[in-house]
Amino acid sequence: MMRHLISAADLTRDEAIRILDTAEEMARVADRPIKKLPALRGRTICNLFFEDSTRTRISFEAAEKRLSADVINFAAKGSSVSKGESLKDTAQTLEAMGVDAVVIRHGASGAPYRLATSGWIDAPVVNAGDGTHQHPTQALLDAFTMRRRLVGPDAGIGRDLAGRRITVVGDILHSRVARSNVDLLHTLGAEVTLVAPPTLVPVGVGAWPCEVAYDLDAVLPKSDAVMMLRVQRERMNAAFFPTEREYSRRYGLDADRMARMPDHAIVMHPGPMVRGMEITAEVADSDRCTVVEQVAAGVSVRMAVLYLLLGGNESDTAHPRTEEK
Amino acid sequence: MDAHTHTGEPRAVLEAPDIARMLTRIAHEIVERAKGADDVVLLGIPTRGVYLARRLADKLEGITGRKIPVGSLDITMYRDDLRLKPARTLARTEIPGDGIDGRLVVLVDDVLFSGRTIRAALDALGDIGRPRAVQLAVLVDRGHRELPIRADYVGKNLPTSQRELVRVQLSEEDGRDTVLLGLGATAPTRGQ
Repeated sequence: MMRHLISAADLTRDEAIRILDTAEEMARVADRPIKKLPALRGRTICNLFFEDSTRTRISFEAAEKRLSADVINFAAKGSSVSKGESLKDTAQTLEAMGVDAVVIRHGASGAPYRLATSGWIDAPVVNAGDGTHQHPTQALLDAFTMRRRLVGPDAGIGRDLAGRRITVVGDILHSRVARSNVDLLHTLGAEVTLVAPPTLVPVGVGAWPCEVAYDLDAVLPKSDAVMMLRVQRERMNAAFFPTEREYSRRYGLDADRMARMPDHAIVMHPGPMVRGMEITAEVADSDRCTVVEQVAAGVSVRMAVLYLLLGGNESDTAHPRTEEK
Repeated sequence: MDAHTHTGEPRAVLEAPDIARMLTRIAHEIVERAKGADDVVLLGIPTRGVYLARRLADKLEGITGRKIPVGSLDITMYRDDLRLKPARTLARTEIPGDGIDGRLVVLVDDVLFSGRTIRAALDALGDIGRPRAVQLAVLVDRGHRELPIRADYVGKNLPTSQRELVRVQLSEEDGRDTVLLGLGATAPTRGQ
């Protein structure tokens, strides 16, 4: 049973679908005059961000506030962490304050797992991105966006992504988004193809439940969704490709390439986009690009995860709807 | 069988024709009390309240000749026992296009028991709009209220003991229309 959300690989198909279905109901709250639900009233959630993040932190904060939780934001910059405090001491401080859940982003892969399993705190832990390991809520919001666009918001309820062909393009090596997406999309029955220069494909990719290709043009015509990843300049500590222009020409998505995709296919990007690098402005601004929808989906999906982890007396994502009167 | 001796088998206390007659009567009562049902919005409480609300809307249309807005109101996140059980799956809230501001909202549910569901529904309504008035229609009122709440339209008052279970089955969900009364297999769980 799910108590923490550390990795997209931990989710079963039923758990993942339950989160997506719950998110579909949460999305409707955004259309109401009072965009707030009382489900987490009186619960305190700490957003523990050791690494810079704007959209993920704001998205979690919006989700927490819409569920009426009390929110404590903790950024490593300017905190006791910069004075040398360890993760353990920070965790124990939060535990002593009576925090009911911790949302953590950390530069080190495995930090959320350590936090969840070391016995430092009792509260559920939600991974908001750790190093190059996992970013499960991003994978969930991507799957949510795909299901909405490819299956339909109402038709998608209870359904997975069986048989959909998803292509993930770019810096796979440094991308926790790619890892999480491969895990979750495989669980949901989709066929994933990774496309990247050989230097940006991680060692051991053969064990991942996906295909690897090096020629973007060959893959595009048989893709239902194409996810462009940002080239993470801050992690580029070696020469992974000759020039940015060459990368852009071979692996960037421009209007010509987009025209080769099937008519129903969508273009996705986890943001932030580098226009002119992996995606041209023309593609980024087209109707087929779901970047803005993905941001909205992020709030709904995070609401769903927090509700399912904290809404009941124990976390339980596989429990059927109880029907007593 | 003697009405007061229960074996494990639940027995039917209402059948399809009874349910249909009751809904017809309730529809007429709504028209009468709302003076033509001009501003009525029906909101069913999932799961079975929604089907009852749709049936009532059809009957109201038959009487008034106008389409009556009908929707659903999920109360899961407003329940007072949310923390007592694992997280519950949410149901759909569907508010008709024109909203509920200034309208007469008739909440529709299958069984009225403790009244806690209706309290939750009133809280949920407050976050969606400000109706002119709120009324309540239920198929079965089985008593044992725990809050000062009453129904405006009742299909049948069904005297029960706390230990009995009342189960409404509707063809849309269960394949047939019936109301069953039986003895709880275990200690009664006071749901909403």
